[in-house]
Amino acid sequence: MTTQARVRETPEKKDAAPGRNRPERPIYLDYQATTPMDPRVLEAMIPYFTTKFGNPHSRSHVYGWEAEEGVEKARAQVAHIIGADEREVIFTSGATESNNLALKGVAHFYKDKKNHLVTLVTEHKCVLDSMRHLQEEGFEVTYLPVKQDGLVDLAELEKAITDKTVLVSIMAVNNEIGVIQPLAEIGRLCRKKGAFFHTDCAQAVGKIPLDVEAMNIDLMSISGHKIYGPKGIGALYVRRRPRIRLQALITGGGQERGMRSGTLPTPLCVGLGEACAIAEHEMGEEAKRLTRLRDRFYAQIKEKLPEVYLNGSLESRIPGNLNLSFAYVEGESLILGINDLSVSSGSACTSASLEPSYVLRALGVDEAMAHTSLRIGFGRFTTEEEVDYAVQDIVEHVTKLRDMSPLWEMFQDGVDLKSIKWAAH
Amino acid sequence: MAYSEKVIDHYNNPRNVGSFDKGADDVGTGLVGAPACGDVMKLQIKVSADGVIQDAKFKTFGCGSAIASSSLATEWIKGKSLNEAETIKNTEIARHLALPPVKIHCSVLAEDAIKAAIADYRAKTTAKVAE
Repeated sequence: MTTQARVRETPEKKDAAPGRNRPERPIYLDYQATTPMDPRVLEAMIPYFTTKFGNPHSRSHVYGWEAEEGVEKARAQVAHIIGADEREVIFTSGATESNNLALKGVAHFYKDKKNHLVTLVTEHKCVLDSMRHLQEEGFEVTYLPVKQDGLVDLAELEKAITDKTVLVSIMAVNNEIGVIQPLAEIGRLCRKKGAFFHTDCAQAVGKIPLDVEAMNIDLMSISGHKIYGPKGIGALYVRRRPRIRLQALITGGGQERGMRSGTLPTPLCVGLGEACAIAEHEMGEEAKRLTRLRDRFYAQIKEKLPEVYLNGSLESRIPGNLNLSFAYVEGESLILGINDLSVSSGSACTSASLEPSYVLRALGVDEAMAHTSLRIGFGRFTTEEEVDYAVQDIVEHVTKLRDMSPLWEMFQDGVDLKSIKWAAH
Repeated sequence: MAYSEKVIDHYNNPRNVGSFDKGADDVGTGLVGAPACGDVMKLQIKVSADGVIQDAKFKTFGCGSAIASSSLATEWIKGKSLNEAETIKNTEIARHLALPPVKIHCSVLAEDAIKAAIADYRAKTTAKVAE
């Protein structure tokens, strides 16, 4: 994901229907890309930029001590939301680094004993790319397909894990389609077969309950900016009992138990901690509110537009995500039209390759349909008014673009698009 | 993706959207691109007996640049003879719309659509003469 439309040069007066005020800034519906910081998080961070600015690793004076106190409180807050011990949490620059460290760190440490890893084809690029690098080093990697609803096939997973499998990496919540993988079942399977279980929880922390004990999770990647915290900070949970070892990617002063050297960015750590504390406290209410908003949005869209398809499971899905294909309307042109809304497209038509989303393709969504998809993300600051405005805007532009679409015309005339011999270009 | 003002203008106010009866003798239809590639253009011309394009219509499934390229193409070919219309190059379309390199294929498709519509019209008239 993909094309973020930034076109607002042309406020078309006639575009706004009567009684509908265009928002001053586009309505933000891309909460899986990133989130705004919660003002409470910012407030907690501010003292650590100015007065409590010390190096948390300084042992000889109060500046160091108070910074360390801030960092350690944050570590405990991060640990608490996932049911871990604070000694099991190390800070990183974000989920990408955490994923790199988990996969490469574990693979490198245990390489003399085991050389096989398992993952899903729908994982985030940073997991897939780390796997590719490991393959180049000589590791074996199994990329499991997913079912049509985006979920892992547990029987396939069980078959894939061998006595050579060091690690299974399966994300908790997919960044494009929001589907929730069965973590507890995966964890049980990995434990039974003696493989470590790593899960990328960038999109899951604060959205769904997580418990590293109940779910048998051995390593977990966490991101700050997906949960209303700052960008540039993340964490990696590394199990202590039984102890998981990993080879550091960044070496130096031996901070973070030698697993990640470098002076900790105190304000960012504090921000991540506060974001976790707020999320843990408000998760239940927030999930209910977002489910209500999402259902309101989806019900109206389905009522007003035919030929709209949901990608990925609806039942096993976080409340704040929808990924919809608006058949016969190309996603990027739709994004250009709905420039009062900030959403992402699965079309990725801006890339020279013209390849649509690999995640949607993995669900078996055909290429033509993948080009018509939008990811709509709702979050903490989304309002009912925004949702209703978004519905109107999308309905209006889908209708306009369908009137302009030769495929829509053919569909209306009963032509089977698959029967036509299209010239590839 | 920043679009040029001209692309935005064609996107917001597309010229000549619509369809002619593709079975009509004086209509040529070009359908190019593929849904799987994210671009399909249908361009139609209505041609007078002396070989002049009197009217043109399009429908496009594709990004803003694809819509703008086909909209512009219909504007340019109206009033031209078939031979003149055939000489329109994708580079002229791309230049006029200030398309970025990744969108050049949209202008190529528009040129192909013009050529396909003309070829379809010619095939029809030749077939008729043969009758």
